[in-house]
Amino acid sequence: MFTTDQYHGMLAETVTYAGANGDVIDAYLARPLGPGPFPSVVLIHNVLGWGEYYYEMTRKFAHHGYVAICPNLFDRDGDGSPEDVAAQVRADGGPPDDRVVADVEGAATFVRSLPYASDRVGVIGSCSGGRHTFLAACRTSSFDAAVDLWGGRVVMAPDELTERTPVSPIEYTKDLSCPLLGLFGVEDRNPTPEMVAQLEAALKEHGKQYEFHNYEGAGHGFFYYHMGMYRQEQAVDGWDKVFTFFEKHLA
Amino acid sequence: MCTMIVEKVSVTGVAKGGGNWFPIAGVNVGYDHPFRLPLEHAVTIDFVNEAQGPSARVAVELTPQSAQQLLDTLRDVLEQGAAAEAA
Repeated sequence: MFTTDQYHGMLAETVTYAGANGDVIDAYLARPLGPGPFPSVVLIHNVLGWGEYYYEMTRKFAHHGYVAICPNLFDRDGDGSPEDVAAQVRADGGPPDDRVVADVEGAATFVRSLPYASDRVGVIGSCSGGRHTFLAACRTSSFDAAVDLWGGRVVMAPDELTERTPVSPIEYTKDLSCPLLGLFGVEDRNPTPEMVAQLEAALKEHGKQYEFHNYEGAGHGFFYYHMGMYRQEQAVDGWDKVFTFFEKHLA
Repeated sequence: MCTMIVEKVSVTGVAKGGGNWFPIAGVNVGYDHPFRLPLEHAVTIDFVNEAQGPSARVAVELTPQSAQQLLDTLRDVLEQGAAAEAA
């Protein structure tokens, strides 16, 4: 808990590490100053890119005592403003799932190697990043806790599958390797409340540890304070649940 | 929700962005989260030249109603132009 009589300091900078296929990719890393050991969180940015919102979110986790790392999942897609790069990636159909999962797994390996990090690592993402969070938590055993913020297209119809997204993530539910927190808005259209219920049923079927919260009066992206989707009451409560969840599983 | 709705079309033309004209090779038309327009979804139109990198992009975000008006106007202007050329 933050108290005014504590010393606070953090270091935040761009780093590089080995992602999918051994490619060296950029990441934004923020950490509290001090010897640690601190638990870590990997942040998976959304389809709008490796930009300021996720940089701020990375520093937010450092403020709360975590080593936080946000890989640039669009690193291979050229350089430019985050919006320009993201627009190009979106036009190309988004990043390939296999590459994202390997990039995120690499980030977990990287932070575990840091001298000030403990061996406990969580993962969190919103929107497409929520979907990728679920995929990473199912397809790797790198994480001790996962937070899916309104991940859309976790439940995909066969005609939605593409070369880059060849499997509906819900098909991997049986492989989920850590506790899962999910925050959703009941007015969202992907995931709809029905899709969330479908995922919840799959989690129950496979005996997975999960905690879902469905917020009334909220739709998609209700944490995004720079966009019209922001819902103050739901966002504040949601952040409390995120930090409570990570403290329980990563401390 | 992320719709991931996007269509790419090859075009020949030029666009002006960042104060400079540049040749464009394609237009990416989407219906998804806008970056700036305060809506959950918008029609996004990017005039691009991928060979010149992600920054060779002129971006437009429109309300669906505005996009429809633009579409109607484009059709109307093309018809007027065809008539003028035939005269």
